[in-house]
Amino acid sequence: MAWFPAPLAGRAASLLSLLAIWEAAAWFAHSRLFPGAGAVLATLVDEAVHGDLLHHLGATLARVAVAFTLAMALGTAIGLAMGRSRAADTLLDSGVVLLLNLPALVIAVLLYVWLGLTEAAAIGAVTLSKLPTVVVTLREGARTLDRDLADMAESFHFGVWRTWRHVTLPQLAPFFLVASRTGLALIWKIVLVVELLGRPDGIGYAIQVFFQLFDVRRLIAYALAFVAVVLAVEWGVLQPLERRLARWRR
Amino acid sequence: MTVGVSVDIHEKSYPGHSGARPVTALRNLRACIAPSEFCVITGPSGCGKTTLLNIIAGLDRDFAGALSFEPSDRGAPRIGFVFQSPRLLPWRTVRENVTLVLARDADRMDLEGLLSDIGVADVADAYPAQLSGGMARRVALARAFAIAPDLLLMDEPFLSLDAAAADRLRGLLLRLVSTRPATVLFVTHDLAEAVELADRILVLSPAPGRVVAALPITVARTGRRDRDALAALRAELARIAGHPIGPKYSENSIFTAK
Repeated sequence: MAWFPAPLAGRAASLLSLLAIWEAAAWFAHSRLFPGAGAVLATLVDEAVHGDLLHHLGATLARVAVAFTLAMALGTAIGLAMGRSRAADTLLDSGVVLLLNLPALVIAVLLYVWLGLTEAAAIGAVTLSKLPTVVVTLREGARTLDRDLADMAESFHFGVWRTWRHVTLPQLAPFFLVASRTGLALIWKIVLVVELLGRPDGIGYAIQVFFQLFDVRRLIAYALAFVAVVLAVEWGVLQPLERRLARWRR
Repeated sequence: MTVGVSVDIHEKSYPGHSGARPVTALRNLRACIAPSEFCVITGPSGCGKTTLLNIIAGLDRDFAGALSFEPSDRGAPRIGFVFQSPRLLPWRTVRENVTLVLARDADRMDLEGLLSDIGVADVADAYPAQLSGGMARRVALARAFAIAPDLLLMDEPFLSLDAAAADRLRGLLLRLVSTRPATVLFVTHDLAEAVELADRILVLSPAPGRVVAALPITVARTGRRDRDALAALRAELARIAGHPIGPKYSENSIFTAK
């Protein structure tokens, strides 16, 4: 059963061996520009307690949350429409392909130019970068919806709400999960770029500052803090949700 | 309360895909089914039997003709549909699959009784993927009976089961109909099945389908397993349907010949 998490002990061992390799490499390099794991973790704690880490982390997480929600909601609506209506598919397909191939950096720069260095431009750029992959995934989901089950629901007078909740949504759930998972990974990378280009706070902004100061210790500490949050979401929310949704499978 | 059904379909056709000519599935099909009648519909493959059931169920409204239920003053009849495949929701348990069709919670009173009558009470908390084909079909049957149907539409519901399992399910169906009366429209290719179940057999022509023969079965159900009686009924059915029965035809069906 592939969706069971690796046992906790195995996961801890793999994490610890990574830290050990890091520490050993830093000891050999013996450079201010390659700090060891211990130094970085100490900085991480120190920045969280005395520094601005939590402020920047909070700003970035808020942007990720808003952009993620917007991209999932809009992308699901557009994807379902395109999957179910040939006219909508024809009309919107070239727009989706265009967005899919437009680099996130270009979208961000253009929106900053047009809307100024604003929060709306930042979140808009992240949302637009993520949107097409959600559309494409959910369109695939809508195309695979089972006509036989829809007929069954209609013949037993399920109505719109019961059909959506018990017949349609469970069929879309795997596609929704794939879109969320790839979405989260993509969005947080784009958010950092957008912050670096034009926001006065957030992990991306902090990384720019530390880059100019050549402060690699803080740079890695800030990045690690964000990675820890993403891992927590993956292990604490996405994987349990996936197991729950898959429990009917044999 | 059971209902009667009248259909008078002038024409039902499907649009052809990408420039192909439209296909006419039914033409001039007229039939009247009496309240509480067990009516079996049979005919060659592709003669529109499933189309006819979809029209009666209200799933297909795109046809020229008329459909009415009697008595007509009681509003839309409750229709239970048992499909060719069980069509259960794989992500819902057996009990959830059956309760989902009920409009109100109050209707759940007799549900446990129904589940045990049909022999699925023990698997009520299982998911459909854990069931055998026969059990899944029982659940589909339970779902159709859960709404206390006035009219039961069954589209080759016991197809692809082994003979013994299909036999048990036919017995179960007859018991259920005797205690929970409903008008039944049952589509099958299997002549022995048709003869065992029917009050009356309607034979459809090859596409576009229309009723070419109606054969009331007057022998009591208990006498229908007799080989001679069955053979006589088969011969009669074949004669009025205009299809010869010979060795090249399969044992159970007069319609599946090459």
